[in-house]
Amino acid sequence: MHAEPANAEEVATLLRDADGRGLAVLPRAGGTKLDWGNPPARAGVTLSLARLNRILEHAWADLTVTVEAGCTMAALQQALAQHGQRLAIDVLWPERATVGGVLSCNDSGVLRLAYGSLRDLVIGITLVLADGTIARSGGKVVKNVAGYDLPKLATGAMGTLGIITQATFRLHPLPRHTLTLSLPAGTIETAQALLLEMQRAGLAHTALQLRCAANAGPHMDILLEGTEAGMASQASRIQGFAPFVEGSAAIWGTREEIAGSSNVAKFSVLPSQIGNTIAAVERFHDPHWRAVVQATGIGWLALSAPLMELRSQLEREGGSLMILRPPGTDAWGNPGDSLALMRALKRQFDPKGTLNPGRFAGGI
Amino acid sequence: MNLNSEVLCELRSIVGGRGLFSAPEDLRTYECDGLTNFRVVPSAVVLPETTEQVQAVVRVCHRERIAFVARGSGTGLSGGALPIAGGIVIGLARMNRILEVDLPNARVVVEPGVINLDVTARISPAGYFYAPDPSSQSVCSIGGNVAENSGGAHCLKYGFTTTHVLALEVVLPDGTLVHLGNKTLDAPGYDLPGIFVGSEGTLGVATKITLRIVKRPECVQTLLAAFHSTTEAGAAVSGIIAAGMLPAAIEMMDNLAIQAAEAAVHANYPNCGGLLLVELDGPAAEVLARMKHLDEICRGNGAWEIRVAQTEGERALFWKGRKAAFASVGRISPNYIVQDGVIPRTALPDVMTEIARLSGAAGLRVANVFHAGDGNLHPLVLYDRRIAGQESAAEALSFQILELCIEKGGSITGEHGVGEEKKNIMSKMYAEPDLDTMQRVRCAFDPWLLSNPTKVFPRPRLCGDQPGEYAPHPLEIAGVAERF
Repeated sequence: MHAEPANAEEVATLLRDADGRGLAVLPRAGGTKLDWGNPPARAGVTLSLARLNRILEHAWADLTVTVEAGCTMAALQQALAQHGQRLAIDVLWPERATVGGVLSCNDSGVLRLAYGSLRDLVIGITLVLADGTIARSGGKVVKNVAGYDLPKLATGAMGTLGIITQATFRLHPLPRHTLTLSLPAGTIETAQALLLEMQRAGLAHTALQLRCAANAGPHMDILLEGTEAGMASQASRIQGFAPFVEGSAAIWGTREEIAGSSNVAKFSVLPSQIGNTIAAVERFHDPHWRAVVQATGIGWLALSAPLMELRSQLEREGGSLMILRPPGTDAWGNPGDSLALMRALKRQFDPKGTLNPGRFAGGI
Repeated sequence: MNLNSEVLCELRSIVGGRGLFSAPEDLRTYECDGLTNFRVVPSAVVLPETTEQVQAVVRVCHRERIAFVARGSGTGLSGGALPIAGGIVIGLARMNRILEVDLPNARVVVEPGVINLDVTARISPAGYFYAPDPSSQSVCSIGGNVAENSGGAHCLKYGFTTTHVLALEVVLPDGTLVHLGNKTLDAPGYDLPGIFVGSEGTLGVATKITLRIVKRPECVQTLLAAFHSTTEAGAAVSGIIAAGMLPAAIEMMDNLAIQAAEAAVHANYPNCGGLLLVELDGPAAEVLARMKHLDEICRGNGAWEIRVAQTEGERALFWKGRKAAFASVGRISPNYIVQDGVIPRTALPDVMTEIARLSGAAGLRVANVFHAGDGNLHPLVLYDRRIAGQESAAEALSFQILELCIEKGGSITGEHGVGEEKKNIMSKMYAEPDLDTMQRVRCAFDPWLLSNPTKVFPRPRLCGDQPGEYAPHPLEIAGVAERF
C-alpha cells in the first residue's frame, strides 16, 4: 500500500488509521537512503512525503527558514542562495534527498567540522506521532530553551518516533570565496600526525579530510572560506605546515562516490584514532577499498570484508560503525547501556511499534 | 513534611555526617536559587561526593517516593533548583573534579560541580577554551549549565551548552546508571544527550559530563559603538547580518542599562541611547578586513562614537560592563526582575517600542540588555518592594513582555530556563498536544515523577504505564498533577 498525503493533517489521519488497524507505516520521500538501517521487521503502508514540498518561510533577515519535509535539499539551497544564504550542511544526493529524510537519517558531510550536524542547525519541527498527535516543538528563533528539545530527539531517529512534516533551520551566509588545498600526505602515520597538528593550530578551515585507498598513500584536503585577504593569509600559514597546493573542489564529492558503493559503512572514531582505523582497514587486504575521513573522526568506507570484526575493534576504542550496504542482521552496532531508555522512549511515542518497526538501533 | 528518622539515618549512612543537612537553619541556605522570590525549605540536603553516593541516594528516593532536586551552584534564574516541599536537594558542589583532559581530541571530562570558568582556566595554557559563557560563569557549575542548556554572549557563533556536550553519565530517577551519547560523534541510537541537556533536572542527575572544547582563535577584536537609539543600533545589527558576517558576539544595551553599568563598574561607556558591543574572531587578516567593514556599517547607521579595544585590558573592561549588567541594576533600583525572552531579531524595533509603551503604562522603568545577534532580550524591570503593589505590577509587566515575545514568533526563554517561574506561560507558547508530547519523554525517563517533578510544565503528566500497583501520587493528591 502506498499513500501520498498533502499536509500534516492528512499524515495524522493516515497514521491514526494505520496504528488503529495494526499496520506498519514506512515513511519515505526521495528514497535515497531506504537501505540504511535494518530492513523493516514487517511490511506495511509506504507513506510518501513527496507532496509536502513547499518552502513555507525564508526569513532571510533573521537567518531562518521553515520548510516542509518533502522539499529536496537542492531546491531548498537554491531558494536560500537567492539571498546569499545556505543551510550549512552538504548532504548525499541533494537533488533527490529531502529535508525530512536527511533529518531522520542524520546525514552530514564535510561542512560538519565548522557548522556542526543537523542537530545543531534544526531549531523547530512538527512531528506527527503514530496516534495522530500533531506536535510542534522548538520554534523559529535560534535561541530557545522552552521545554524539551524534541528536534534533536527526532534527528537521526529514522522516523521511529514520529514523522517529521516540517522543520525550521538556522542559516548561514554563503561564503564569498572558497579555496581547496590538497596534499599527498605520505603514510597514514604522518597523515594522522599532520591532521592533529592542523587541528591544534588555531586555523579557521571549514573542512579537513583524508582520502585513502588501496595501493595509494593518503591525501589531505582542506577547505577555506572567507574574505580573499583572510584566505590568502590562511593558505600561507597552512603551507608552513606542509607543501599544500590548490586543488579541485571536486574532491569534496569523494564521500558521495564512496556512499554509492555496494559495500559501504560509516564509522565514527576519535580524531586521534583515524590512523589506527585506516591501518586496520588495510589489514583486510581488499584490493579495491576506499575511505574518506573527516577531521571530526567520521569516515565513509567502501570495503569488502567482515565489517562486524572491524566494528568490534572500533567499539572497543569508544567508536562505532554503521553498515549501510549490503543489508545484514544489525546495521547499527551496540547502543550501550541506554538501550532500555531508548526502548522506553519508543514505547511512549509509538507503543504499538507502527513506525518503521525494527529499522533502528537495538531492533527499535 | 519531614522525612522520617529511618530515611535520614539511611541517607547519613550513604553520604556521611558532613554530607547531610537536616537542621532548619542549615536547610534555609538551600531554600531558593538565583530567583529569590520563590522559596521552599527542603526536608533534607545531601552533598554526595561520588556517583555511587548519588545512585544510592536516588535509590532511596525512588523506593520511598521522595521527590528530589539536583542543584549545582544555585545561580539559576528561573527557580529550576527550587526545592520541592517534602523533598530533598542533591547538591553536587562537592563533585568538582576535572577527570580527564584530552587535548588532541579536544575533549574534557568533568564532574557536575566543576565551575564553568575552571574548565577554561585548566585548558587555556594550551590555547583552548570552553565556549558557553553565561555571565555567571565564574560561579555557575557545568551540571547546572547542562540542566539549563546555558548560553552566553558567545553562543551566537559557538553554540550553546548542548552543542558542547558529547556524552553524559546519568543516574536515572530509579537509581539506574546509564551512559548517554559517546565521546565519538553519532553514537548509535537516539540523541539522548540532545534531550537531556536543557531538561532542567527533570530526567535524572548527571554525574559525569564529556565536553567538547575549542581552540582559541588567532585574533579577537572587540568594537564598541554608540548610537542615539536602540533602533539605530538594531539597524546596524541587521546590516552586519546582511553583510554575511557571523561575529562571535553582538550585544546591545539601552541607556538605562548603560547608566547602571557605569554606576557599578565604571566601564567608561559613552552615555548614549543604544550601545553595541561586537566581537570578531578568527585569523588576523580576516578579522582586520571585517573590522573595517563593521566600522562602516556602524557609521552608516548613525554611530557617533566607535572604539576598538586596543589592549586585552580594554577589551575586558568593555565586557565587564556588559557581564555585570544584571547586578549593576541594583545601583539604580532597590529591586528588579531579570527577564529572558527571545524574538526574531528583525522584530526588535517594534518590540522596543512596545516595551517602552508597556513600561510607561505600568509606571515602571525597564532597562534592556540584549544578545542582539540572536534576538535574546533581557529586560530588567525595576521596582521598589516597599511601595505597595509595585512587586506584583513588575511581575505582571515582565510577563506582558514575554507574551509580546510569543506574539512575535519568539520564545519565553532563551537561556534561563522555564523552571518554576515560567511553567504556567508554557501553555501560551505551546498547545496541549505539544506539551503532552514533551511529557512522553519525561514518562520514559521518570514514570514516578521524582526528579524535579513540579517544574517546566504547567501540569506534570502522570504516566499511565507506571509499573507496579496503582497508588495515588502525592502530586495527584495535592491537585497539581493529573493522570492521563
